[in-house]
Amino acid sequence: MANRIDEVTAPRRIVIVGASLAGLRAAETLRLEGFSGQLTLIGDEPYPPYDRPPLSKQVLSGWLPVDHITLPVQVKLDARWLLGVPAKRLDMLKRQVVLADGQTADFDYLLIATGTRARPWPDADEAALEGVCSVRNRDDASKLYKLLSQKPQRVLVVGGGFIGSEVASVCRDLGLEVTLAERGPAPLGGALGTTIGSIVAREQRKYGVDLRVNTVVTALEGNGQGRLRGAQLSDGSTVEADVAVIALGALRNVEWLFKANLSADERGVVCDTYCRALDNKGDVVENIFVAGDIARWPHPLFHYEEELLAVEHWGNAIDQAETAAHNMLNPSFDYRPHTHMPNFWSSMFGASIKSVGLPTVADQVVITQASFGMRRFTAVYGRQGKVVAAVSFNAGQMLPSYQTLVEQSAPFPPDLHASDQPQTFAPQSAGFPHAGHPKYDTGAEPNMVTP
Amino acid sequence: MRVVVDLNRCQSYGQCCYAAPTVFRFHNGESLEYNYAPEDDLDEQVLRAAKACPVQAISIGIEDEAYEALEQKVQQHG
Repeated sequence: MANRIDEVTAPRRIVIVGASLAGLRAAETLRLEGFSGQLTLIGDEPYPPYDRPPLSKQVLSGWLPVDHITLPVQVKLDARWLLGVPAKRLDMLKRQVVLADGQTADFDYLLIATGTRARPWPDADEAALEGVCSVRNRDDASKLYKLLSQKPQRVLVVGGGFIGSEVASVCRDLGLEVTLAERGPAPLGGALGTTIGSIVAREQRKYGVDLRVNTVVTALEGNGQGRLRGAQLSDGSTVEADVAVIALGALRNVEWLFKANLSADERGVVCDTYCRALDNKGDVVENIFVAGDIARWPHPLFHYEEELLAVEHWGNAIDQAETAAHNMLNPSFDYRPHTHMPNFWSSMFGASIKSVGLPTVADQVVITQASFGMRRFTAVYGRQGKVVAAVSFNAGQMLPSYQTLVEQSAPFPPDLHASDQPQTFAPQSAGFPHAGHPKYDTGAEPNMVTP
Repeated sequence: MRVVVDLNRCQSYGQCCYAAPTVFRFHNGESLEYNYAPEDDLDEQVLRAAKACPVQAISIGIEDEAYEALEQKVQQHG
């Protein structure tokens, strides 16, 4: 790697707040690009960086022990790790991060990568019942794995986004009875729209999930001894369950920044395309960068109505962290813009799901390829006559060619004439609750309060 | 050894599953599952799997004692 660091302006101390995927990749990139100063990583969990996707899949199924998901390092980091204590405050004038236990970390450059946490069940007493848990971190997954190993009579999954649906799928693989309550008209409706979501609904039911759509859980009920017994649903019915998995989406870990002079609120921390944070007047802060789930930035391809994009996916965390780290060490004429093409994968109910582009902004969707009775298909999403995304079920090898259509904003519906194109080639409404909003919404509550 | 696979890049060719069948496998059709921390005696298989991947989606970590110490500290203190 060429070392382009100017001897005079080179940062001596870089602090990364957030010791997960984005924080780790940024640290690796800093060392790979020649940063030799003091590097500090701060993480609220006691664990070294680990990968989160297996938490709702292989860890729950028991195939992967929870201490087998630690991420590898590609380069000697020679870092100071402050783990197990969250950052509490940012002092921009002193260039200092203050931790919850009073420790401090001084910086020349700062990367904010504090990500998100699971949205808790709103009633604290009900959330404290034995048998109720979320799936966001290592401790959650350990707890849920133990609960599932005790062969519960029924698992109630609250929320039919990706996490909730993946958990329901694992439960069925384990031979457990599952009820999934989703407040929208279809599972994955927030991420893939109701039209594709209804195909997912059919697969879930075939797999034996007791799927309740247009239904919310109104109360969790204890057995009088602090254990979950069941739940009340909005349709007036009750479900008996000894485990409840709360999968209502994520909240951004921004509270520690509220007293700082940054453009940060419940939606995330605003940065420019070079990952530099903006202050609360909208001006660039030269020495503070943002990456991962918590970042909101203007994406050149998906910049509708001046809306900023936040992408809570694995690939974005890596790309944005690498870009932010590169830009920290280089003069502005060597900055790289963060023009990441959003992508993600999931695995559930016998299907490998992959996505490229931004389905949530689409108004229409069309199935372009399908075979084996829809066990394998690809759907293309369009917005105002242009391709914005493609999603494949068990057909991931096709996706790179569709990515080209997204990059080119190709005309929608696309003129493909694939050999496995369905006989009726019919664009339909994509079925997003708030069409045109350029942000993934896993079906959770809209953002509620501003500081 | 520690491993991570870029599952956005993975195209489910399955070469890794042949090279290191106890480390990599398919589940839910085309979805790759893998052990991030294979036992030492599988190192050779895992290296072969990484080389065999047609889209080079498998990354293998370096040995970093200071990094490994973080995990050991967690295990000691529970």
